[in-house]
Amino acid sequence: MIEYLTGLFTPTILLYLLRGFAITLRVAAIAIVLSIIFGAILGLVRSYAPKPLRMLAGAYIEWFRNTPNLLWVMVCFIAAPLPSDWARCTMAYVLFTSAMMAEIVRGGLNSIPKGQFEAAYSQGFTMVGTLWHIILPQCFKHIVPTMLSQIITVVKDTSFMAQVAVAELLFRTKNLMSIFYNVVGRQITAMDVFLLFGFAMLLYFAVNFTLSCIVRYLQKRDSSGVAVR
Amino acid sequence: MIEQILTPWRWQNLFTEWPLLLRAFLTTLEAAVLALILALILGVIFGLMSSSHHRLPRAIARVYVEFFQNTPLMIQLFFVFFALPYAGINLPSFTCGVLCVGVYTGAYISEVVRAGIGSIPRGQFEAAYSQGFTYLQTMTLIILPQTVKIILPPLVNQCVNLIKNTSVLAMIAGGDLMYVANNWATNGNASYGPAYLICGILYFCLCFPLSTWARRYEEKLKRQDIKTPDEVLETEAMA
Repeated sequence: MIEYLTGLFTPTILLYLLRGFAITLRVAAIAIVLSIIFGAILGLVRSYAPKPLRMLAGAYIEWFRNTPNLLWVMVCFIAAPLPSDWARCTMAYVLFTSAMMAEIVRGGLNSIPKGQFEAAYSQGFTMVGTLWHIILPQCFKHIVPTMLSQIITVVKDTSFMAQVAVAELLFRTKNLMSIFYNVVGRQITAMDVFLLFGFAMLLYFAVNFTLSCIVRYLQKRDSSGVAVR
Repeated sequence: MIEQILTPWRWQNLFTEWPLLLRAFLTTLEAAVLALILALILGVIFGLMSSSHHRLPRAIARVYVEFFQNTPLMIQLFFVFFALPYAGINLPSFTCGVLCVGVYTGAYISEVVRAGIGSIPRGQFEAAYSQGFTYLQTMTLIILPQTVKIILPPLVNQCVNLIKNTSVLAMIAGGDLMYVANNWATNGNASYGPAYLICGILYFCLCFPLSTWARRYEEKLKRQDIKTPDEVLETEAMA
């Protein structure tokens, strides 16, 4: 059994898969950071900006929220003005996830009483100062769980890139099935296929499960009274 | 992209093949309905299991939810479509898609159902048992009917996600909207602008009414100060 496993998961294959996973994580990380920033801006604009801007942000959010992410991966892959394949796909995730994040931020903003604004203004805070120092910190604390499940979704959705032949984890796993003979030197068996897929699933699971555990831990620490920034 | 959308002959080409698009749209609808039925059945079963007093059903439901929520739908689909044939199990692509999307969404719905049951005060269970109701009667006659009202918004949101997720059928040539639009976009005349735009609009027409209704309904519940399942999950995690 051990011999079989070391024969299947040779350093070459492991490295090949892990490099794919690195692309998965890179795209996910960039997309998450950018879409939290854009999502926060969009959410704020939708809640507090003058009416025309508010409607524009609303239209953007509704349009992207109600169409599949896969569609945007394909569209951006063909049409986005960026040099590399993975960057074009990242743009698709940013476009889509910004809308999702904006909706989450809006939900958080809704939960903050209007009186907070009045209190801040009465203390001489400007609009931007109020948002930055008073409103957003409370809002973010409130929406961390929802945001985290969206982040998990982004990590999972990076597998859409397999469709446009970006060599991320899923693409490489599937690709191994066709180049198996050349790499390992024997015909592929059902066991091999299952183990390869199992390994890829394990990688995805490890990252996503860790993320969901982190949020549970944070919430527990929050409620036990230890200050969290 | 933009200049393609503004080119009339590309649209003319697209509309001469409208039966193709219609059939694809219907395939998407059919897949969504079938997957939703499967997801609801699984969701209620596993939601009930995770609200059980016994450890075993709870553990099984936990494994189901964590596995399907933390691995991509795509890899599950590829596993069923590309890997299972090695073990002698060959499923047609449409069946694969419905099965995978249904089981995947079932995990999310089971969490919604669990939160819904969690939002019903414990006393209701005790009251029902004291009146001689069995477990099944308590659930179907007393608890579940009450949860329906509050779990509707998250349920409808999951339904929207499900509709969007049926687009993965395109990856295994499932003949759905996304697949046909993509074929159209990449065939000889490369009219991807109109094809993707139409595809987006059709998905939007399916999802927008649902998600808007869910949001309005949720806001209404909030005004009545009824706890939504999301809030229940949060307070639970904090306890």
